[in-house]
Amino acid sequence: METTRLIMVAVGGQGNLLASKVLGEAALISGVRVRMSEIHGMAQRGGVVESALVFGEATSSIISDGEADILLGFEPSETLRALNRCNKDTKVITNTATLPPFTVSIGKGVYPDVENIKALLKEKCAGLVAIDAMKLAKEAGSPMSVNIVLLGALIQSGSLGFSKENVIEAIKRRTKKVFLDKNLNAFDLGFVAAQNYSS
Amino acid sequence: MHKLLNDSPGKQIMLLGNEAIARGAIEAGCAFATTYPGTPSSEISLNLFQMSQESDLYFEYSTNEKVALEVAAAAANSGLRTFCMMKHVGLNVAADPFMTLAYVGVTGGMVILSADDPSMFSSQNEQDNRYYAKFGNLPMLEPSSVPEAKEMMRYAFDLSEELKQPVLLRTTTRINHSNAFVTFGDMKPRQTKGKFIREPLRCVTVPAVSRQLHVKLLEKMNKAKGLSETSDFNPVKGSGKFGIIVNGVSFHYALDAVKDLGIEGDTKILRLGFSNPMPEKLIKNFLKDCEKVLVIEEGEAFMEEAVKAFAQEAGLMIPINGKSETLFSRLSEYDPAMVREKIAAYFGIEYTPKEKLSVDNVPEIPMRPPNLCSGCSHRATFYEVKQAARDMDIICPTDIGCYTLGFLPPLNMGDFVICMGSSVSTSCGFGQATDQKVISFIGDSTFFHSGITGLVNAVFNNHNFTLVILENGTTAMTGHQPHPGVDMERLGLDGFGRINIENLVRALGVEHVSVIKPFKVKKSIETIREALEYKGVSVILSQEPCALYAKSLKLLKPRAFKVSDKCVDHKDCVNSIACPSFYIEDGRVKIDADTCVGCAVCAQICPENAITPLKK
Repeated sequence: METTRLIMVAVGGQGNLLASKVLGEAALISGVRVRMSEIHGMAQRGGVVESALVFGEATSSIISDGEADILLGFEPSETLRALNRCNKDTKVITNTATLPPFTVSIGKGVYPDVENIKALLKEKCAGLVAIDAMKLAKEAGSPMSVNIVLLGALIQSGSLGFSKENVIEAIKRRTKKVFLDKNLNAFDLGFVAAQNYSS
Repeated sequence: MHKLLNDSPGKQIMLLGNEAIARGAIEAGCAFATTYPGTPSSEISLNLFQMSQESDLYFEYSTNEKVALEVAAAAANSGLRTFCMMKHVGLNVAADPFMTLAYVGVTGGMVILSADDPSMFSSQNEQDNRYYAKFGNLPMLEPSSVPEAKEMMRYAFDLSEELKQPVLLRTTTRINHSNAFVTFGDMKPRQTKGKFIREPLRCVTVPAVSRQLHVKLLEKMNKAKGLSETSDFNPVKGSGKFGIIVNGVSFHYALDAVKDLGIEGDTKILRLGFSNPMPEKLIKNFLKDCEKVLVIEEGEAFMEEAVKAFAQEAGLMIPINGKSETLFSRLSEYDPAMVREKIAAYFGIEYTPKEKLSVDNVPEIPMRPPNLCSGCSHRATFYEVKQAARDMDIICPTDIGCYTLGFLPPLNMGDFVICMGSSVSTSCGFGQATDQKVISFIGDSTFFHSGITGLVNAVFNNHNFTLVILENGTTAMTGHQPHPGVDMERLGLDGFGRINIENLVRALGVEHVSVIKPFKVKKSIETIREALEYKGVSVILSQEPCALYAKSLKLLKPRAFKVSDKCVDHKDCVNSIACPSFYIEDGRVKIDADTCVGCAVCAQICPENAITPLKK
């Protein structure tokens, strides 16, 4: 597989680490080499967290600014903030449900308009899929499954070349049994939402 | 069964770097492990802690890194394979035993791991701990990838037993917190009981003894140099007139760069994995037919300085560069694109980096610093101390834990932090040197770690300040590890002692000791005010479990609150405590019922009593 660099950005606690574990397992099942790096520690306490996944031949485990082939954003303002990780050929998939930081609620910043975020991402990158993953996660039965909804959208985009079956198997292996049905439901809802998305 | 205890050689599994390191210790038959938690090392000990509950592996969370290293030093001198892990600044705490243990040596294999943190993802500095190996005369191994971290752990124990020396395994965040496929190896049996053989001429480091030990230490390092000269962990890749000498994760950035730039045919790369003592002959031989050499290493010029010295000895005049204004910095971590650019520039290779996206029409995105969780007891305590000290000119030394975040607006409670435990000792200094009122904050885990000695000093030297000990019953910041004050039965573990901090503080001779329940706002403010007015050392114990920890132990039944229509929108709640469960919707404050824990602090702050429990 030709080297493919995926960046996932999220707010601490949104489950980007679990999403990268599932993708790592899917790579193992599909016989694709992958190296991943993630940020732990205090950033998780509601700060910005990022995972980088390098699929294929390259041996570095992190991704430099401007070199992401795919950007998966769990929160729209964080997707926009991660533009510096992208180039004009980057495919972007983002959640549109907002999580304004407390700096906004204490008047230390203005939350950008989501439609403007979508327009900017579309203008600067090579393709956008924008879905309300929180609405779909609640539909799937748990607001905590936003990460799996977004995985569904990512896999549907086809840029990783993993089959749906391999990713579902990875979900079965790496997520808690008690949430399995909700997660599989969330994955499908994300997959279908991305399929129907024509910006 | 714990996945890392699985005896299935050849099995391939996706592992976090720290999991691979823990697996390496298990495969090497490590029988004894000690630590104090610290990012980016904490998942190593978390896995060993879990495995110790399912096997005869001994593991303990020691009170701090000095204690951990001394406990480990005893086990390693009783013939047991022993592993002591910590974050980089932890080695500063453990430096005293570290330096002299090098003289004494070990009888069982001992590995000391320092997890460095270039770019300070979660640390107060980015010191380069490779110098501890040179400073202390210990062999050092540095992995470049997750699978290699496991292999080096295995080899480190053999190397330690061959030299009868502790071995420093030095990693960085991008090893500890990367994931990759790792292949399980065979597992050596653990020898869990040892025997200490009395050897006063080796183990009692009085001057007469240590003078002999220092001679032997240098002999051991000579032997280690011989091993480093022929080590498989110091490979040369490729051939050509361009020379690159590299360590750690930069190795992969260089490998990818050389391939991307298409100069594999002209470039040879020496990767130093067994990097102390430096392999002198190997390096001189490598330099001999190079036209130009580039040294790529995050942090200090550790290798560069040694390589230049070897070149001088070998009478070589070829350019050797690394740290400079135009090449590599001593600051932060490196990344693939930056390394690619520097290699291209240094060796004169045609290269145009990818065009950057223009971001001039992108609106300013609000900052999102980490924040204390919803229902955090620290937030309540900071608010109450701030109210109680409203009319005072205060200095607030704080310490290292989640509560360090108290320094951020709107709380702004935290003025001085340099290392763990410094809150208490610096309070002595500020209280003596100024007439300002000193109020310091320290977590319960940090207090056990290195706060007690400062408090003893305060009582003895009759200093004047108020110390707030934030008793949330866990080591929260690094992932809710236990500490000596934790109720271990709650975790289903028995056989542990438990130290009551209030009794300890009184036993140290502190006369003014009070306890507050931070979720009782008014009562707490009154108690705090009284303590602030006491002349001398006063200690306040703020007792409330960490909300995240209590939720994980199912001790907390969240009952959400809501803003009722009695709200007149003066936003006192949001502006004074900024709990992440608040959000603003068409100009009005609202509470997110999914994340509100029900601490009710905001309800008690609101002058209109407009915040009430949400009826489900």
